[in-house]
Amino acid sequence: MTDQTQNVKPRVSFRRKYHRFFKFEFIAGIVLTGILGALVLAATWLFPEGGRTVDLMARLTPPFLSWEHPLGTDPLGRDILERVILGGRISFTVGILSAAGAVVLGTVIGLLAGYYRGLWDTLIMRFADIQLALPFILLAITVIAIVGPGTDRIIVLMIVSQWVQYARLVRSSVLSLREREFVQAARSYGLRDRKIIFGHILPNALGPLIILLTLNVANNILLESSLTFLGLGADPQTPTWGGMLSEGRNYIQTAWWVTVFPGVTIMLTVLGLNLLGDWLRDELDPLGRTSR
Amino acid sequence: MPVIRFITVRLLQAILVTMAVTLFVAFAIRLTGDPVVMMVSEASNVTEEDLARIRESLGLNQPFLMQYYDFIKSLVTGDLGDSFFRGPVWDLIAVAMPATLLLAATSMLVSILISIPLGIYSAVHKGGLADQVIRVLSLVGLSFPNFWLGIMLVLVFSITFPIFPASGYTGLASLVLPAVTIGIILTATNVRLVRTTMLEILSAQYVMVARAKGLSERKVIYKHALRNGAIALVTFMGLQFGNLIGGLVVVELVFNWPGMGTLSVEAIAQRDYPLLQATVSILAIMIVGVNLAVDLIYGLIDPRIRVA
Repeated sequence: MTDQTQNVKPRVSFRRKYHRFFKFEFIAGIVLTGILGALVLAATWLFPEGGRTVDLMARLTPPFLSWEHPLGTDPLGRDILERVILGGRISFTVGILSAAGAVVLGTVIGLLAGYYRGLWDTLIMRFADIQLALPFILLAITVIAIVGPGTDRIIVLMIVSQWVQYARLVRSSVLSLREREFVQAARSYGLRDRKIIFGHILPNALGPLIILLTLNVANNILLESSLTFLGLGADPQTPTWGGMLSEGRNYIQTAWWVTVFPGVTIMLTVLGLNLLGDWLRDELDPLGRTSR
Repeated sequence: MPVIRFITVRLLQAILVTMAVTLFVAFAIRLTGDPVVMMVSEASNVTEEDLARIRESLGLNQPFLMQYYDFIKSLVTGDLGDSFFRGPVWDLIAVAMPATLLLAATSMLVSILISIPLGIYSAVHKGGLADQVIRVLSLVGLSFPNFWLGIMLVLVFSITFPIFPASGYTGLASLVLPAVTIGIILTATNVRLVRTTMLEILSAQYVMVARAKGLSERKVIYKHALRNGAIALVTFMGLQFGNLIGGLVVVELVFNWPGMGTLSVEAIAQRDYPLLQATVSILAIMIVGVNLAVDLIYGLIDPRIRVA
């Protein structure tokens, strides 16, 4: 008896605690992503010169000293705050466009593969094996050695290598959904395949997709900064987080702020998205199919 | 003979993937532009005949499939030929590979030492304060670029407090910062893995039985639960090997670590494609090999996996 009560009691309090925790994740995620997103959206309007104003008199000004350069300046006297906010444009663009491209491509192929099985199905699974064997960074440095650096290339590469994740996820949802009664009913009702796939199966497979999408945006922002850091992304003139880090690295002995602030910004952005992704997972995917 | 069938299928798949990856790498690298032009760009009076002669000596005038065949042959025989600028490829890899393996193994070790106790604690005290702190911290750990963490560690531990060397390889002390960098990044994923695995196992019936027998909680967790979870954990961590290698490439560069990542990036900069082809292919083959080994071992231990 005592054993049972011991088992039941923490369960209830755990649930209550957890519910608060989900909310904390949601609020923190929304606030972080919202503030950073809004700043980045307003960046072009806030800083029309595009963060390229060079002020050699103010080279490497330390942060927190003046209102003019609240986060200090870089080795060319450019304002760090301005460049950090402007740099978000590239990061957000890459994160969102690459994930959007991959989700559309992957979903369509996954739906078709799961519904019709056969050749597509086999191809996807083999492609996934190949992707697993060639880490994105290695793929990217090989391909970018050919086509030359650039943000657009990074986006295309991400789509090409990441649609598989979505295809596999959707495929596995479809495999179980296509045997369910409501799909069978729709089929016996004489609905066309296209209607069944997009009208009945897809809406029921959306939950895990949205989670993966959020985490994918976050991950691609990290990848973009790595590639730009390696010199494979946007040109050094354009303000980017990875670019600022690779520049600032040479001044790490004397000017910590040049590398600290872009890094913290990346962290806050990605953390915001990860918090949202985690919250979504707890809400939409209690079985943990999308856990990493 | 389901076991033999299972092993054969996995082996064939691994060979197919290896073929596809090497073919892709070889093909992609051939498109990077003419390395011969790069090689002689500094010399002034070069004639077409000279270019042709160099191409012939490097085997670049052969059809692509012939070159690919040569490359595969060289991988199998271990004679990787010469890099364009730096002598035999094999010598370069013989130096870089141990450095990378050392770093990879140490990072794994760092990560296991941190993530297993934390993950278990988090799972056992699920919903408690410590669990939530660990969850948030692991999420933070997933949220910054690995190379930035490396730079920050250099800032603190070799510039502000000069304890460890910031770059290069000058003895075991230089291993600390790069290994901790990758170790922490791996830990962020691994803690969650350990936590989920343990949560699943702790709710299993045999754990209930162990508790009902009156075993101490310590025995239940470490002897019954962790041992059963270990198989799954080893598998998951093995499958992370690809991520580990990907992370190594960038972090090696930050610390100027003389490993495969640094070698690959240098090879790209110089369009040294015998070298690049060898490094990328060998890394990919290693990943395929580790995944295969993990798969086979797990499949042999736990027959339920073979079907999937």
